[in-house]
Amino acid sequence: MNTLFDKIWDKHVVQIVEDGPTQLYIDRLYCHEVTSPQAFDGMRARGLKCFRPDHIYCMPDHNTPTHDQDKPIEDPVSAKQVSTLAQNAKDFGLSHFGMMDPSNGIIHVVGPEKGLSLPGMTIVCGDSHTSTHGAMGAVAFGIGTSEVEMVLASQCILQQKPKSMRISINGQLQKGVTAKDVALYLMSQLTTSGATGYFVEYSGDVVKSMSMEGRLTLCNLSIEMGARGGFVAPDEVTFAYVKGKEFAPKGADWDKAVAYWKTLKSGDDAVFDKELVFDAKDIEPRITYGTNPGMGIGITEAIPTNAADAKSPEQGFQKALNYMGFKAGEKLLGKQVDYVFLGACTNGRIEDFRAFAAIAKGRKKADNVIAWLVPGSWAVDRQIREEGLDKILTEAGFEIRQPGCSACLAMNDDKIPAGKLSVSTSNRNFEGRQGPGSRTILCSPLVAAAAAVTGVITDPRTLL
Amino acid sequence: MKQKFNVITSTCVPLPLENVDTDQIIPARFLKATTREESFFGDNLFRDWRYNADGTVNEKFVLNDPTYGGCILVAGKNFGSGSSREHAAWAIAGYGFRVVISSFFADIHKNNELNNFVLPVVVSEGFLAELFESIKQNPKMEVEVDLPRQTVTNKATGRSEHFEINGYKKHCLINGLDDIDFLVENQDKTVAWEQQQ
Repeated sequence: MNTLFDKIWDKHVVQIVEDGPTQLYIDRLYCHEVTSPQAFDGMRARGLKCFRPDHIYCMPDHNTPTHDQDKPIEDPVSAKQVSTLAQNAKDFGLSHFGMMDPSNGIIHVVGPEKGLSLPGMTIVCGDSHTSTHGAMGAVAFGIGTSEVEMVLASQCILQQKPKSMRISINGQLQKGVTAKDVALYLMSQLTTSGATGYFVEYSGDVVKSMSMEGRLTLCNLSIEMGARGGFVAPDEVTFAYVKGKEFAPKGADWDKAVAYWKTLKSGDDAVFDKELVFDAKDIEPRITYGTNPGMGIGITEAIPTNAADAKSPEQGFQKALNYMGFKAGEKLLGKQVDYVFLGACTNGRIEDFRAFAAIAKGRKKADNVIAWLVPGSWAVDRQIREEGLDKILTEAGFEIRQPGCSACLAMNDDKIPAGKLSVSTSNRNFEGRQGPGSRTILCSPLVAAAAAVTGVITDPRTLL
Repeated sequence: MKQKFNVITSTCVPLPLENVDTDQIIPARFLKATTREESFFGDNLFRDWRYNADGTVNEKFVLNDPTYGGCILVAGKNFGSGSSREHAAWAIAGYGFRVVISSFFADIHKNNELNNFVLPVVVSEGFLAELFESIKQNPKMEVEVDLPRQTVTNKATGRSEHFEINGYKKHCLINGLDDIDFLVENQDKTVAWEQQQ
């Protein structure tokens, strides 16, 4: 009761259906090309128009190639999915940032950076990583395609109200430990289903002092603990980030908005269904060793020797190690790496490129590593160049590709070949996620950079 | 699509693995379709477990084992974790499953199943373990899922359990109605909400 989640959710309740779910008003719907075409088809079949087209923004990101975006997409099936989104946006009168549009990028990077995702909003998208936008102090969650159609048709969705959880991380992060490591640590503590049924409010010293980029990374990964969403109460860090953004309120509207946003915090008397507290001193740079994001260890630690210590079912633990080609009890430091991927809605922002460049500076990419550095948006790409990070990275033997989801889920050409080991800043290490047969180790941009310049799994603290 | 739901009695396909994620249910490379052809998604359900890397059939995988069949999939805890892709629910429906029984479902996937007239039935860990054992002993044993009474029965042991579903969604499934019909009918309430802001 009286949590920030309650405040935002309750404000958006249109009605509670008798013996049923809540009809919730949605302030912002984002559509990408993969999970929306069938929803638009459904609208056509029912003869419906979008109820509130000005609340909806569309952009392709999953299929977009990370090179030669000015040319037609080679894969005809990908090309069709991307052109279908453009046509649907046109037919239904929706804003659309197409490929090569200076506003294009991964939807979860673009929304916050353009000021389309704001504190206090309800935000949905047919994508589980919609939880990212929670960093703005919004209630944001992923939905299925039928639910996308609901919002297109009515600007509302039917949902059961989730329970609320507060996760506080107190103390101060050590050098070389990032928001990604915090999230990977939480997943290994809670497992991939530990927060299912909950919305998470992140709090504590660590979160309060975290940059917006860090908060976006942390909230992005809420779904990997099973939570529908996660958010951070808006504060001065949030307001400073939002101010001046293209779609952010201006002038008197800004003052009014900030006055409201300042009320968006859990009351001192707030009661959460579950409260967890962690200490920053327990978190070191982290890596995963298995085939779900909860199967992780500190970079200097060994893989657990048994399933119980791994908080994993026996069969799943063995299956994961067999797939990854790792042994129980083994350390991964020094393990040879084939691919490094920097990017995704998890770690494709300017701060992530700064971190990667900090390690790459004055060093060279290892010969055995193929590295894909993919900015989350054209805006990130522009800032990389303004800050001169491109020069540092080029001198170190890296190439910056064009924005999109890329090798996070390999729907474009960026596929990790079968059997190859990828060290990746993305969000999922499921079997075949980065390409059939690919093997993924999830980590922070610092760990990725350390692997890229040494060719093996390396503790980034030794290079800082 | 909108198959009305009542009582279903069927043999089961067992998948006693935990944390089955939606990337396994339908890998990302099959998400490029722009239409809702359920047969296409059904053909690619559990694609990388059903087929070997060289494209040959993986005889060991349960869907390829003629011992098992039926329209009820029985899966380990935390079924459908990961991506929100509704394609996973289309693949399950397209393959011919009408019910998925597990002790725990991931949130988004559970809604996606319901929105495609596939019924996710949450049972206790004990019921699930016993059900896997019953199927192992007799692959032809049947389970009865009675939506109006909200009960699931292991007909081999006679053990029956109540399962939860809200009254609204139950009404929708039994009568072949969906949420979009409801929301469009309630647009006046949405307008009233907007005017209050």
